[in-house]
Amino acid sequence: MALPQPKLDATEARIAALELPEGGWSAPARKDALARLRAMGLPHARDEYWKYTRPETLVSAEAPKASVFEADEAPIFGERDRLKIVFVDGVFDAEASDELALEGVEIARLADATDIHWAKDLYGTLEANGQTPVERPLAALNTAFATDGILMRVTGKVSKPINLIYHHKSDSSDAILHHVVKVEQGGDVTILENGPAAARFNKVMEVDVADRSGFHHVRTQGRDDERRAATYIFGRLGTESTFKTFTLTVNGVMTRNECVLELNGDDAVAHVAGACMGDGDFHHDDTVFITHDAVNCESRQVFKKVLRNGATGVFQGKILVKPDAQKTDGYQISQSLLLDDDSQFLAKPELEIYADDVACSHGSTSGAIDEDGLFYLRARGLPRGIAEDLLTIAFIAEAVQEVEDEGLQEEIVERVEAWLLRRRG
Amino acid sequence: MLEIKNLQVKLEEEDKQILKGVDLTVEAGKVHAIMGPNGSGKSTLSYVLSGKDGYEVTDGSAELLGEDLLDMDAEERAAAGLFLAFQYPVEIPGVGNMTFLRTAVNSQRKARGEEEMSSTEFLKVVREKAKSLKIDAEMLKRPVNVGFSGGEKKRNEILQMAMLEPKLCILDETDSGLDVDAMKLVADGVNALRDEGRGFLVITHYQRLLDHIKPDVVHIMHDGRIIKTGGPELALEVENEGYAHLIEEEA
Repeated sequence: MALPQPKLDATEARIAALELPEGGWSAPARKDALARLRAMGLPHARDEYWKYTRPETLVSAEAPKASVFEADEAPIFGERDRLKIVFVDGVFDAEASDELALEGVEIARLADATDIHWAKDLYGTLEANGQTPVERPLAALNTAFATDGILMRVTGKVSKPINLIYHHKSDSSDAILHHVVKVEQGGDVTILENGPAAARFNKVMEVDVADRSGFHHVRTQGRDDERRAATYIFGRLGTESTFKTFTLTVNGVMTRNECVLELNGDDAVAHVAGACMGDGDFHHDDTVFITHDAVNCESRQVFKKVLRNGATGVFQGKILVKPDAQKTDGYQISQSLLLDDDSQFLAKPELEIYADDVACSHGSTSGAIDEDGLFYLRARGLPRGIAEDLLTIAFIAEAVQEVEDEGLQEEIVERVEAWLLRRRG
Repeated sequence: MLEIKNLQVKLEEEDKQILKGVDLTVEAGKVHAIMGPNGSGKSTLSYVLSGKDGYEVTDGSAELLGEDLLDMDAEERAAAGLFLAFQYPVEIPGVGNMTFLRTAVNSQRKARGEEEMSSTEFLKVVREKAKSLKIDAEMLKRPVNVGFSGGEKKRNEILQMAMLEPKLCILDETDSGLDVDAMKLVADGVNALRDEGRGFLVITHYQRLLDHIKPDVVHIMHDGRIIKTGGPELALEVENEGYAHLIEEEA
């Protein structure tokens, strides 16, 4: 079916502003992705999954400017032993990075295009699978035009986390990064991500988790106030594999985080969690799609949003249970804590179940600070501000606890505490 | 220590007078009990004294050690030495009991201009006091009151009281929902805190708690007023004969 003219024009205008990287093993995948993008067209406000989040600034030919954020605190994860991989405005920075060598994992750069690479079979494949039944045109655009990214093939239990660190130094940077992670049987890896990446950021991470292997992902987005970002995680899970991802988002005028997972092997476990803190000109959207296509799998979605001064939070979460995915255990909760009457939370939970022996539950709530809890804490001598902050941290705790490593949990909570403290003045 | 004069209170949201002129003085070192039928205003009195929102004081005064309580925020009252053991302790998921206790102790110390308790010292003191209340380490680690049994919640209240060392303790129906053994444990915890410098206001429906926490003075409250004051024998009278005859006498 032909695209409506405005959509077609917007899509072609965006494509015209980009350059398709040529040659190397990824060329065929990029060509396919470009065809996918042209067939779908870029998102429009009338599209079903863009009703709550205006896509204009994410799809415009030119990225809106965003001033560089000057951090006044040490970067998160900085104290731990990890392998650093640094990108500045979406370009790999070899000097700031560690040597790309670590036992149990093979690391390469997407931009180092050769003709043969293990990632050839994976690059764009999970993204393409994730286009049905819901289209994600910005991810296809990413596959076609990504200029850089990291390819990781995990063959064993990696001894320390791999930390992707982003820096934003130009107020007009428009970065497109595409990472690919392939966890082989028995492998296990933790990937950390942090730092403002660019004025506008489009990122895809494709993660293939083989049988009996594990993938752990913890990232923070922020504190850059003017950030616009669309990020995608596409995951495929094998038998008895584990996939856990958590995102803390603070600030940013426009963030859309999508996570699309397929549980293909029996007894797989997928946890997707996120907490966000928004104040004022803030729009944050979590869009999750989990497909159960195997027996006895577990999936959890836990999302918490703290919103104030007119901030907006969006949650669109779906669990699809295919006919043969018996014994599925699906859980989904999305909650917002509205610290004033100006903020809003829009939620669309969806369950689509074709198997008959499953347990799926979902819930979505919006609420203010609990007055009884607040009085209890104050009656014990906690000043109102401290009591409110404590209850706010308590509110996001269920999401933070999805992070397995307690040290990482603490680091995340410290950032949230600092964020709250700055706002208390 | 606590001096309440002609305290009159109505609900903020509706035109309903709850306290219609309460006069009460609790001296340091004494235990006063307030008994009364449901709806007599006992719990309202405890909430108004501790600073809960939703009430409007229309007349009268309440002072703690000469300071005007009604003019203070809830947290200021706590720092000034007022403690309310809740009838229904609130569950706070996500906040560890220890974190909560330490924050409470140090917030109060800070407000009074005292030095904060170090985490080592705090741990030592809390373990000691928890032990005597049969509160184990696991309970201290759990989120505040979440999944606690009725008895555990009340013991946790007394632990907070022991840690905060208030000047005036108000116990709001601390016996509700407790079996005999749990009540004895709680009462022992309260009795251990009795000393010359501390006053107690024990609110209860039943005489049985007062078998364990022996009051010096007993007040009977009805329809927003204290209608009779006497010694411990008054509590026994209520236990044997109920409130009806006292209320009739008043009328």
